[in-house]
Amino acid sequence: MAHQGDRRQVVDVPHHLRVSIRTRTHDRPSTATARWTRRAVGVLAFAALFEALGRAGLVDIGFLPPTSVILWRAGELLVDPAFRAHAATSMLAWAIGLGAAALIAVPLGLLLGSVRLIDAATRAIVEFLRPIPSVALIPLVALVIGTGLQLRVTLVIYASLWPILYNTMYGLRGVDPVAKESLRSYGFRAPAVLWWVSLPSAAPFIMTGFRLATGVALILTVSTEIVAGRGEGIGVFIYFAGIAVPARMDDIMAGVVWVGLFGVVVNALLVAAERRLFAWQHARLGAHAGAPVAVGAGR
Amino acid sequence: MLEIENLTHIYGGGGPNEHHAIDGLDLKVADGELLCIVGPSGCGKSTLLRSIAGLISPTGGQVKVDDVLVKQTPDNLAVVFQDYSRSLFPWMSVADNVALPLRRKGFDRRKRRAAAQEALESVGLAEAGRKYPFQLSGGMQQRVAIARALAYRPTLMLMDEPFGSVDAQTREDLEDLVLEVRRLHQMTIVLITHDIDESVYVGDRVVVLSKAPAHVVGDLNVALPGPRDQITTREHPDFVHLRAEVGRLVRGHTVAH
Ligand SMILES: Nc1ncnc2c1ncn2[C@@H]1O[C@H](COP(=O)(O)OP(=O)(O)OP(=O)(O)O)[C@@H](O)[C@H]1O
Ligand SMILES: [Mg+2]
Repeated sequence: MAHQGDRRQVVDVPHHLRVSIRTRTHDRPSTATARWTRRAVGVLAFAALFEALGRAGLVDIGFLPPTSVILWRAGELLVDPAFRAHAATSMLAWAIGLGAAALIAVPLGLLLGSVRLIDAATRAIVEFLRPIPSVALIPLVALVIGTGLQLRVTLVIYASLWPILYNTMYGLRGVDPVAKESLRSYGFRAPAVLWWVSLPSAAPFIMTGFRLATGVALILTVSTEIVAGRGEGIGVFIYFAGIAVPARMDDIMAGVVWVGLFGVVVNALLVAAERRLFAWQHARLGAHAGAPVAVGAGR
Repeated sequence: MLEIENLTHIYGGGGPNEHHAIDGLDLKVADGELLCIVGPSGCGKSTLLRSIAGLISPTGGQVKVDDVLVKQTPDNLAVVFQDYSRSLFPWMSVADNVALPLRRKGFDRRKRRAAAQEALESVGLAEAGRKYPFQLSGGMQQRVAIARALAYRPTLMLMDEPFGSVDAQTREDLEDLVLEVRRLHQMTIVLITHDIDESVYVGDRVVVLSKAPAHVVGDLNVALPGPRDQITTREHPDFVHLRAEVGRLVRGHTVAH
């Protein structure tokens, strides 16, 4: 399998794998409470530092608002109907793009990962397209299809396709050939083996790819909105806050806080889902050294 | 009827790791027969079994099951793999592992479950159905793999060192279980083992393979009186004589009379 890892970037490890590694390297696994305490302390320290920096008067308070001001503004925005409409539009584009990307990338990954001929025939195209930063495509695509919802969705689909596609293909390569043979020996043909063995076996990797894609999709949604600079969306909100005179730094930061929070929550939910769904993988890898590593297309 | 004619298999032909695993092997197994195959480690036993199951296409010769040339896996076949733990699906419960192949038989859910539970009981794992394979010991996993094959009620069952990881007592129980199953359900069984005593105790016939590349060097009929019994059969003079003969063949000596 090593030769397949050519020029591919290791971006993330499925969360359940990280857990198994941690429990093996430390004698005493940290409890959930201790972990959460440490995280909270880190966040609070950062918030305090930022607050102090803003209050110190080193820079204009309008240019670098302290934490309390940003959070207050974020709270205000939560009940502001205009901001909520922006947020809803962004989430819609994010969700549609992500869903469509998964619907395209998983079957495509299964096809490329299981039919060697198709994989070989498309490899050159894939390797050419993959390193192009999706953000660089925004102006080009905007010229072709306009700047509405379709622009965001198109770019979100394009960008989130890669992590899902790559992890699906990577997961398929790791399927145990003996497991496949054992089903083949009962007369199951290739599609049935794919469904009953390859797909569930690759599922933890597909899920990791999807989790990486949620972040990529968020980046693309907001950047596309900022570049497009019209219509509705959190990016549009941030864009207008930026070109206002004087610039509304508190609005920009509050918008960013909401985007970041959304990303963190989605990630945490998916990590929890991975742990629940793929406990079998976690338990198995706890007993074996050399945990496989998921690949993602980082942007 | 299983017929193997002039079977030859070379792995990685032409490459630097070329390995001649099987060389001109001929073998016929009658319906309902329980054939044991013994041979030195690495001689090509698993390769032979995979050729019979249609999992690899041999580079030469042919395999026929009921007069049909094996190109894909023949119908009504079950295999117990040597790598039993890798052949189980870690994401499924033990019961689901055993029940899955029964989809091929068109059984509905209830029928699949009942058959799986019955097979698990027969290998002494009545309580393990809801567990996952990784929660079981190696020996228990091996019995799950056996249960999966038994539940399928194949007409031809291929078993590759099926009792390697279980304790001596369980091993004897499983040997008797295989004899019982064969008697009740009329199936042909090809059982690979490295245990010479086991081959004579379980088999109607023992075939001894040479060192790689494998071919048949000995073919012995096991005619032991009465039903097999772990104690009395093993002390019978014919048993003692046969196991000595098989032992000599495995070690490459000619049979002494
Ligand atoms: N896929 C493969 N590619 C190349 N060589 C192989 C492959 N599978 C098996 N071999 C080689 O073929 C030979 C026979 O292998 P096989 O597994 O059939 O032996 P075996 O008799 O079952 O051994 P054991 O008693 O240890 O199970 C071995 O030397 C092995 O290294
Ligand atoms: Mg073997």
